[in-house]
Amino acid sequence: MSDADLRAHAEEIQEQFSDHLDVDVEDVQHRLEQLVDEYKVPVDEARRSVTNHYLDEAGLERDEMRTGNDELALEDVDEPEEWIDITAKVVELWEPRADAIGQVGLLGDDTGTIKFTAWAKSDLPELEEGTVYRLGNVVTDEYEGQFSVKLNRTTTVTELDEELEVGDDSVEIEGAMVDVQSGSGLIKRCPEKDCTRVLENGRCSEHGGVDGEFDLRIKAVIDDGREVHDVIFDREATEELTGMTMDEAIEMAQDALDTTVVADEMRSKVLGWYYRVRGPTFRRYVLADEAKRLDGPVDTEETLIKARSI
Amino acid sequence: MSGTPMREVARRMFATEFNDMTYVFKESDEEMAPNYGLMPTGGRANRVFFVGTLTEKEDIGDDAEYWRGRVVDPTGTFFVYAGQYQPEAAAVLRDLEPPEYVAVAGKPGTYETDDGTVNVSVRPESISVVDANTRDRWVAEAAERTVERLRAFNDDTNEYAEMARERYDAGVGAYRREVISALESLDDEPTEPEAAP
Repeated sequence: MSDADLRAHAEEIQEQFSDHLDVDVEDVQHRLEQLVDEYKVPVDEARRSVTNHYLDEAGLERDEMRTGNDELALEDVDEPEEWIDITAKVVELWEPRADAIGQVGLLGDDTGTIKFTAWAKSDLPELEEGTVYRLGNVVTDEYEGQFSVKLNRTTTVTELDEELEVGDDSVEIEGAMVDVQSGSGLIKRCPEKDCTRVLENGRCSEHGGVDGEFDLRIKAVIDDGREVHDVIFDREATEELTGMTMDEAIEMAQDALDTTVVADEMRSKVLGWYYRVRGPTFRRYVLADEAKRLDGPVDTEETLIKARSI
Repeated sequence: MSGTPMREVARRMFATEFNDMTYVFKESDEEMAPNYGLMPTGGRANRVFFVGTLTEKEDIGDDAEYWRGRVVDPTGTFFVYAGQYQPEAAAVLRDLEPPEYVAVAGKPGTYETDDGTVNVSVRPESISVVDANTRDRWVAEAAERTVERLRAFNDDTNEYAEMARERYDAGVGAYRREVISALESLDDEPTEPEAAP
């Protein structure tokens, strides 16, 4: 690490504190040099450590500082607890479920969508559906593999007078259906409001013994010999995939006094066939919007040329 | 993400290569560590998927039923064994009337005969009836995956190719020829049934 590089880092740190603290750039550089040259600390870590020192000195929390954030596209949000800037359109606003939440909803840019939460106590301007904003200093969060951003009281909200085409984050996959997993077929869901948990032996893990409502789904594995994808077909997609309607499934289960016959029948219809599936991803699942069975003839010309040229 | 282990990919290979996959290894000393077959073209297989013609089936069990099926691809025969621990696959084999196009997902396994030959077979997770076009699609796919492995076989960083060179003497030339003849065989046959005269 050259002195000039450390100098640049020192100047950036001084700049960050310029509103709060009279920081001497020589002093910053000296602290960086000590950590980097003497104690062999990587420069990112040294910078973090020196910044923390001045935060302490100024009596500030890290989230009160406007540090030079990266401006990220929504599809690139893949780490929790990062401070970033984004430009996004409010796609949807949802009903907050807790008093602590000021606003909650979905933001989108041309790469995809992400959930956002604004805390009530942060006292931010209200975001409006359909409007594009530049949001400075939001923090990323992760829950079970799904990322979101949190707006906080240091977040800057700038309304932009521009249109933004929100991209869908759908994926298209292709391969053989190598497994239909348990939990597929004719299932029952908890009828309690806002609870859609699948019942096991007539019981909901949250609400106990309830009179469930029928639903159809398939949890499948599609595999192309290189990658494995877990795919969920909802009722509509399952009916289309199997050619079996929910009424037929219920009748079949009633005749057999057993719901597992439905899953068995579905298995025999779909296992081993090739499909092209398109839909958004949720956690590790692809949620099938469209599925096409690939049962036409195949073109082998290209592979043959490759094989001959080895 | 940590937590649940990743499901193993179902590898695609022709019967000839599958039956040559006699070396089995583990990647770690842990008790539950999965077994892998070492693919002669360089790769590891804990699961396979193939489509072919079920030509024969036989219950070879003494007391309990134990089904053996022969599933044929353009290069050779996969031997599929299903007993009480594969009840669904066993039930499918019991009911099927060969010949029939079947798709099989399963685990490779090896056993040594009295004369020291190592035989490779499949413990099926599922067997299902498909059609001629699906079989052709699988042949094309297995060819494509095999070509990918053959192209990477001489890469410096290909550890499984390195292992394959150590464990198997035969080289990979035969697998390349199998790919070509398998693909050529698809062109010979009509994929749609001809209309009756």
